[in-house]
Amino acid sequence: MFAEFVEGPFWYFSLGVFVVGVAWRFITMLRFGTRRDLSVARASAAVGALRTNLSRFLPRREVAGRIRVPVVAGYLFHLGLFALLLFAAPHVEFIKNHITGFGWTPMPHWAFILASEAAFIGLLVLWLHRVLNPVTRLLSRADDHIAAILVFVVMLTGCLALFQSFDGLRVTHLFLAELLLLYFPFSSLMHALMFVPSRGYTGASLGRRGIHA
Amino acid sequence: MSERFEQGMSTLRKQMDARVVSYLSSCVNCGVCAEACLFYTETGDPRYTPIYKVEPLRRLWHGEYTFWGKLASAFGFGSTLTEQDFADWEELVYDGCTMCGRCSMVCPVGIDIAYMIRKVKEGLAAAGYSPDDLKSAAQRAVEIGSPMGVTLATLQATISVQEKECGIPITMDREGADYLCLFSSGEIVGFPEFIGSIARIFKAADVSWTISSDYFEATNTGVQIGNSAVAAQLIERIVSAAEKLKVKYVISPECGHAYTTIRWDAPNIIGRPLPFDVVHILELLDQLRREGRLKTRGSTDMHLTYHDPCNISRRGGVVREPRHLLDMVAPNFEEMSDHGAMNWCCGGGGGVSTIERARDLRTRVFNVKKRQLDEIGVEAVVTACSNCRHTWEDGLEAYGPEEDVVELIGLTELVARYLVEDESRAR
Repeated sequence: MFAEFVEGPFWYFSLGVFVVGVAWRFITMLRFGTRRDLSVARASAAVGALRTNLSRFLPRREVAGRIRVPVVAGYLFHLGLFALLLFAAPHVEFIKNHITGFGWTPMPHWAFILASEAAFIGLLVLWLHRVLNPVTRLLSRADDHIAAILVFVVMLTGCLALFQSFDGLRVTHLFLAELLLLYFPFSSLMHALMFVPSRGYTGASLGRRGIHA
Repeated sequence: MSERFEQGMSTLRKQMDARVVSYLSSCVNCGVCAEACLFYTETGDPRYTPIYKVEPLRRLWHGEYTFWGKLASAFGFGSTLTEQDFADWEELVYDGCTMCGRCSMVCPVGIDIAYMIRKVKEGLAAAGYSPDDLKSAAQRAVEIGSPMGVTLATLQATISVQEKECGIPITMDREGADYLCLFSSGEIVGFPEFIGSIARIFKAADVSWTISSDYFEATNTGVQIGNSAVAAQLIERIVSAAEKLKVKYVISPECGHAYTTIRWDAPNIIGRPLPFDVVHILELLDQLRREGRLKTRGSTDMHLTYHDPCNISRRGGVVREPRHLLDMVAPNFEEMSDHGAMNWCCGGGGGVSTIERARDLRTRVFNVKKRQLDEIGVEAVVTACSNCRHTWEDGLEAYGPEEDVVELIGLTELVARYLVEDESRAR
């Protein structure tokens, strides 16, 4: 019965909250508006927006040496997570059956092992850095920890479900993923989408000054 | 809650815009911004983390505009801002930040933290939580026309001395001149040779220019303190002076924040485009160089470096021009390790050098510049901001007499030293 609930009504509910919640966050952000910049531009704001959206994927040389741990761990986690999300065989099957109607070639088993190890190591190191570094310890709030723990347990149950072939684990994994979808629009996980306008605004504002931000 | 705190909260609410919301929604508290900020790297105090300085704005947004914040408030659990928070953040925001924007260049999600710190200042200033030294400077700027109390009489006396030294008359209030030149009070008082230098350069390059007796101050204490009304008032004086003299361009002198204010912020502060173009003195000198109107002969053999004023380079976009000019007169020029748009701030801009209680902090964070200097061992530091120059002087003095032998030179003055003023000797 729980499995039917998780695979049925609760899936549609959590997906709906996710989609409507994310849309609401973007709409409310845009409704605040921005004032048109009345200064005479030196260069293109649009080019600046695009440039900054791409350039911030790599750390600047001048600070790279100081932030090696969060950068390496951050990339391990994010790349591993995206690989799992989009190319793990059960996910490809789920997306095909429940979202898109079509699938694609999933990654081989060895790649799944690699991706999941990278994601786990990255997330654990990031979380350790968060609690041990005095700066991140000062900045961090409950939201940061809840998001990390939620993602961790989703990943953990996912890997266990794949290896144990116990349907209860698969349902648990799906249930926790649906909780993550519910939490997403109301949390710092929104950075996964909001980084685009954030980088864009800065890139446009400084780019029109001729600054490669 | 006091009326002035309510005023501060009301002003802080008005600072919200789509940019701020996108920034606050993207921040994952990664702490990378701290590693770009000299106030953190040189003190090790995590409270100087740039995004932490924005905390009053973040808490306002969280409490009044987010799901969890509004839910918590409905049940009486919200962590609302208090007047004590304003008091606590005053030192972090004013003493511990020059709005240099280095943090904005490194944030992985692209947050322009300096943009938001400027907004936090608006709220704190409206509530009365800004340093007394800045309040006094702002009052002098409004009442006298200069944050340092430099009067027209002082300027005229300085001009008179410079006219005698360079042998060139400097005409004030010349209607129809192409360029109106502003000055920072720091320049007039501390480095008046800048005025003589531009007089010589402009004569040699046949540039039509003038100074306004109505208003000549380049710096904007309204921006430094975070009071848009004062900022607008000071900008309008420049606009009136320029309109009265019917100039085409206004020159921003060797001052960092003055440039970003008049060039990039002014139209948005007063709500309309400026009726003139703005050019930084370095941009104009480089333009004259390209046009063949600025000629030099000879050069210095000093081993020197260039300190990029943050609001001219990183926030202003004027990075290549000073290097073109240095190429003309300084073949032994060596860059500091982090330079150009990613230079380290000197720690004195944005009003910090005006705040006496911040002197020790400012001296401590200057250590990053001292380290940069020690790495390359130069004889001189060239810069294009009088405030940076004062900060460098104080910093080098604080680190002992051996450090004091490094010469500090303004870039315009350096170029003028090798100026060809007679066409027959032109190269």
